[in-house]
Amino acid sequence: MGSAASETRAAQHLAPTVDRSVKVLVVGAFGVGKTTLIRAVSEIPMLSTEESITTASVGVDPHRGQKATTTVAMDFGRVTVGSATALYLFGTPGQRRFWDLWSGLADGAVGALVMVDTRDLAQSFEVLDQIEEHTRLPITVVVNEFPDSPRHGIEEVRAALDLPDDTPIVAGDVRRRSQAVEALTTLVAHALRRRRGESVAT
Amino acid sequence: MHSDGYRDHPVRSYVLTGGRAHPTRNTLRPETLLRAVDDGRELPGTAGRHERTLLQTCRGTLALAELAAYLHLPVSLVAVIVSDLVDGGYLAVRSTPVHDLPGTDLLGTDLLEEVLDGLRGL
Repeated sequence: MGSAASETRAAQHLAPTVDRSVKVLVVGAFGVGKTTLIRAVSEIPMLSTEESITTASVGVDPHRGQKATTTVAMDFGRVTVGSATALYLFGTPGQRRFWDLWSGLADGAVGALVMVDTRDLAQSFEVLDQIEEHTRLPITVVVNEFPDSPRHGIEEVRAALDLPDDTPIVAGDVRRRSQAVEALTTLVAHALRRRRGESVAT
Repeated sequence: MHSDGYRDHPVRSYVLTGGRAHPTRNTLRPETLLRAVDDGRELPGTAGRHERTLLQTCRGTLALAELAAYLHLPVSLVAVIVSDLVDGGYLAVRSTPVHDLPGTDLLGTDLLEEVLDGLRGL
């Protein structure tokens, strides 16, 4: 948008050996650290696209057919894992009104990192509800430890968010690459365990 | 109307894509990898600015979302342009499908294991 958007950055291409891609969603309320985590992991400067979405008009008479169009920015980054696979991290706000945007994104995703801020756990309820209601994505909850966050135990967070026993929760400072990578590793390991469980069950 | 802004894109999108709102193929996702076909063939003179910029940007492998970001256009619009360029043989889908079974969204355990190994090696 605007004049800044007219500057064209030189494209940073993937290595010629890369011929597969997977994606992880990074969801959470505004200001919870999605962008920070993506930036910490990404091998390229963070990129952004904008999408217009038509939001369902909550509280408006449906017979009048009123819908609002909103422009939502989607920040993303990329990291090459192994020699053949590019992992994309798409950051997206998780609230209900943005569902149209990330329903398409969720298709085929490895899973979602759900970022929560212990200073305001309540704002995470809507995000978690949306994922459970609309997808079967494996999730890992990432407690972003801001300097002034109250330190809760992992099990306290689990109880407060009413998470199943097998949903992993990691806590840390996602500005640090090692901790951001740890969150991803935990998610993929969880997705793999779940996938193996499904194979056994069927 | 600003030449590079797309606040006005409901109209511009329509013109850019010849009036179509959907790509001709539905297998394109934001993470789908693409690369220009390097066979020396030139785009026809009627091709638009975005087609040309897209092919230049995509001389190496990039995902659809990356192309959209570099072109400052919405992913949904770039998907339409990409689809045409793939149909015309100017652009190739580089990534192989990663799903276990056609028609499902389940990723294979082999792939997940490789991603996990790759992450642990970072």
